[in-house]
Amino acid sequence: MARIGVFICHCGENISATVDCPKVSEVAAKFPGVAFSTDYKYMCSDPGQSLVVNAIKEHKLTGIVVSACSPRMHEPTFRRACAEGGLNPYQCEMANIREHCSWVHEKGDKTDQKAIDIVRMMVEKVKRNNALLPIKVPVTKTALVIGGGVAGIQAALDIANAGHKVIMVERDPSIGGHMSQLSETFPTLDCSQCILTPRMVEVAQNPNIKLYTYAEIESVEGFVGNFNVKIRKKAKSVDETLCNGCGMCTTKCPNKKNPNEFELGMGNRPAIYVPFPQAVPNIPVIDKTQCTYYKNGKCKICEKVCQPKAIRFDQEDEIIEVAVGAIALCTGFDIKKTDFFPEYGYGKYKDIIDGLQFERLASASGPTSGEIRRPSDGQVPKKIVFVACAGSRDPAKGIEYCSKICCMYTAKHAILYKHKVHDGQAYIFYMDIRAAGKNYDEFTRRAIEEDQAQYIRGRVSRIYERDGKLIVVGADTLMNAQTVEIEADMVVLATAGVANKGAEELAQKLHVSYDQHKFFSEAHPKLKPVETNTAGIYLAGACQSPKDIPESVAAASGVAGKIACLFANSELTREPLIAMVDRQAPPMYSSCTGCFLCQPVCPYNAIEREEVKDRNGNLVRELAFINPGLCQGCGTCVAVCKSKSIDIEGYTNLQMYAEVDALLNS
Amino acid sequence: MKLGFYPGCSLEGASREYNESVMAIAEKIGIELVSIPDWNCCGATAAHNLNKELSLSLPARNLALAEEAGLTELVVPCAACYSRFTMVQHELMHDEPLHKRVNEIIGKEYKGNLRILNVIQFIDEYVIDKLDENVKFEFNKKVACYYGCLLVRPNKVLKFDRTEDPQTMDIVMKKLGADAIDWAYKTECCGAGFSVSFTEAVARLSGNIVEDAVHRGAEAIIVACPMCHSNLDMRRKEIDKFNGKKSDIPVIYITQAIGVALGIDHKKLGLQRHFVPVNLKDFKPFVKKEIDVEKPQNMEVE
Ligand SMILES: Cc1cc2nc3c(=O)[nH]c(=O)nc-3n(C[C@H](O)[C@H](O)[C@H](O)COP(=O)(O)OP(=O)(O)OC[C@H]3O[C@@H](n4cnc5c(N)ncnc54)[C@H](O)[C@@H]3O)c2cc1C
Repeated sequence: MARIGVFICHCGENISATVDCPKVSEVAAKFPGVAFSTDYKYMCSDPGQSLVVNAIKEHKLTGIVVSACSPRMHEPTFRRACAEGGLNPYQCEMANIREHCSWVHEKGDKTDQKAIDIVRMMVEKVKRNNALLPIKVPVTKTALVIGGGVAGIQAALDIANAGHKVIMVERDPSIGGHMSQLSETFPTLDCSQCILTPRMVEVAQNPNIKLYTYAEIESVEGFVGNFNVKIRKKAKSVDETLCNGCGMCTTKCPNKKNPNEFELGMGNRPAIYVPFPQAVPNIPVIDKTQCTYYKNGKCKICEKVCQPKAIRFDQEDEIIEVAVGAIALCTGFDIKKTDFFPEYGYGKYKDIIDGLQFERLASASGPTSGEIRRPSDGQVPKKIVFVACAGSRDPAKGIEYCSKICCMYTAKHAILYKHKVHDGQAYIFYMDIRAAGKNYDEFTRRAIEEDQAQYIRGRVSRIYERDGKLIVVGADTLMNAQTVEIEADMVVLATAGVANKGAEELAQKLHVSYDQHKFFSEAHPKLKPVETNTAGIYLAGACQSPKDIPESVAAASGVAGKIACLFANSELTREPLIAMVDRQAPPMYSSCTGCFLCQPVCPYNAIEREEVKDRNGNLVRELAFINPGLCQGCGTCVAVCKSKSIDIEGYTNLQMYAEVDALLNS
Repeated sequence: MKLGFYPGCSLEGASREYNESVMAIAEKIGIELVSIPDWNCCGATAAHNLNKELSLSLPARNLALAEEAGLTELVVPCAACYSRFTMVQHELMHDEPLHKRVNEIIGKEYKGNLRILNVIQFIDEYVIDKLDENVKFEFNKKVACYYGCLLVRPNKVLKFDRTEDPQTMDIVMKKLGADAIDWAYKTECCGAGFSVSFTEAVARLSGNIVEDAVHRGAEAIIVACPMCHSNLDMRRKEIDKFNGKKSDIPVIYITQAIGVALGIDHKKLGLQRHFVPVNLKDFKPFVKKEIDVEKPQNMEVE
């Protein structure tokens, strides 16, 4: 005989303000098989849990229904309490009367009735629960880091230094990400390359790290501890094992007028190129869309000048398969380009540039060797306007959020500008100065007080060109919303930070969720900031939302810590809520007919053929067998099984019908 | 082809030439414009400042009358009337109780099935494809197309052209052989309804517009709104005073410009009615050429 206990939680007022909890408890007490029913203010609290534990012992309960929040929230808590009371932890069910009831309905009889029905369903279900044992799976102690920006670099180094193997996959020909393009960094103004390059080299030299550049993720299968990943290593047309990075090919390449991505179009590069001098690895790639040989079948000058004979025109993309136990997503961000702004000329004015382009102009290794010269005619701009929040915090542009880094880098730009153009004047249009962070506010004060940046609080409605000047029209909201017009020589738009190209496709390949702006979502905004909602996949840096370097690095170390914890165990415990094929005593063996329709529908390749043999070793039957290590409990096989021989443990057909029955016959 | 037509007060008064030129090109292209029977004032700027229900009911009655007359599309040349009509339709279709209330007030049932078009939408949908076969003269002038505030705003409601840098008129003028310049004041405010009550503001705002067009060498300003026209044309004396220099750039309705190219008699287009005389001459015979303009997409984010 089942003896079920029902525990109705008030969740403070979250449930009790809408649902009459004592009444639900009273009604539930009369359900057949219920031996005990009560309600309590916070069931998840210590006294609440003790209440559950004691009730199980005292009333000799065989199963419990905790009627509270979503199982995503506290199922583990109450399974533990259930076990402490002496029951199998899977004899516990959650009846969700918060998300599914009190939060979405008004107070009233109907709402109470719905709560009662939900409890009734779960009581009928738990009566049919079986005791289940957790599944153990091995852990592959190798981590995959996707993206080699500062976040990916930090994560890879930390994991490698913890003694684990790391595979890093970077889309570009070099690691480094956006940080390698920056000139100096706020709030200390230390040179970006100088602090980043040593770490890049460390990645290349660490024996625990295997680096694949010019590579992308092709597919990801498996689950925490046991992912199988295919990496597409794009053809560089260069044999990396032979190339010694001498640079002859890039110098001699006659096709030199291709827009330089690293300089954001403000310079040219040859068709065979290394993105920047400090690139890691220092190995060139041929851009097949630009190379004369690939286009016309003639040239091959690089091949002729290459001493180690490393050029390979016939090289093809390579697919590399690796097994990893955890994945760190560090694919970073991008910024809107100036052509996103019709009011600022749709990108048609050469001297309206974005923040990254300014970084390149200010960088000693940039196209102007660090002198601030405007792109149109190379003049030094004497009046420069910075527009903060270009696109950010603007619902009309579809970007409601604050891009967070722009206030700081705009202040930095104003400072750098003043350091380089002493008689120049910088104006900054802003909405608010958001400079929260250690030494951040002091930094923006420095821009204003020491470097005389003139901050104008207001937005820029339009920029147009007239007689070689850029007329910036804005409002000064601190001066009675007066119109301000500035005749500028150059304008820098601090354009919104947005999700990186390809973020959505990558998220879909990895089954991690992302928000409406295509930034990857963390599992919990406060308590699980570096986890995704897919176990074993973590995220760090600006792929989650615009972040500055310290934040990206901190998150990356967080991820490394998480992965090191995961790798501290050689086995993982998994929920036993997986599919099982019926097994019986001979001569039946199973109701499975061996049709194997289930095999092709399984997304996880978890269904195998099991041969049943008699004592003499003769094959009697072939039956479906589900590999517990691979099955994710999705239930697709259950739906296609004609003989109804497959069930999901914890969600058997019997349990499901009992729930439906309880609802219909209430 | 028959389309509904709402003239409103300006087209019967100060902007008669707008009415005349719309009618003239419609006739030439073979479109009959049918006025809404017993139409009333749209409420213009006054009603929505004073009384919300009145400001909704005045246009709603016109719209209901148009539906009753069996019209499905309505051409509204005045940008202010057009704005009121589209806004009212939008508001009523998104607010059921309000819709009911307004139907009660006007004693009619407005169903909301009308498509409301301003003149540039009308041209874009019905006229532009007929130009090549009908145009006689090339409009070989440098022009500044001026859209003002209401024709393409708010994008959320109109879903037409792009707010900050509209192109529809520019494309039409380029098709007619004009050089439509890129300039700064395309969508800046002209002073609109302040023409009478606060003339200095109009002189300043419209002054900037005229000045920039002249500075960039435009020979005519092309408009599609009676208020823009009267501010830029009728207030030219005040504008010139504000700018401290005399200007003779004419302000021409887009429908007049099309009419000129179609070879319609200038009198029939009302070109003689302007304060700033229109002395456009030396039009060459039209030769069709391909122009490389991309039709503007609705650029805004939903
Ligand atoms: C103009 C400007 C100035 C800035 N100045 C400062 C400053 O002074 N101080 C500061 O602290 N911060 C600054 N920042 C912020 C800083 O750039 C970021 O915090 C930092 O770059 C984030 O690092 P990340 O590794 O998360 O992303 P990223 O730097 O974007 O790196 C991501 C990497 O992942 C790779 N990748 C992307 N997609 C894939 C894929 N599908 N597969 C494989 N690889 C992929 C990319 O190629 C790239 O190498 C500035 C930003 C801008 C725009």
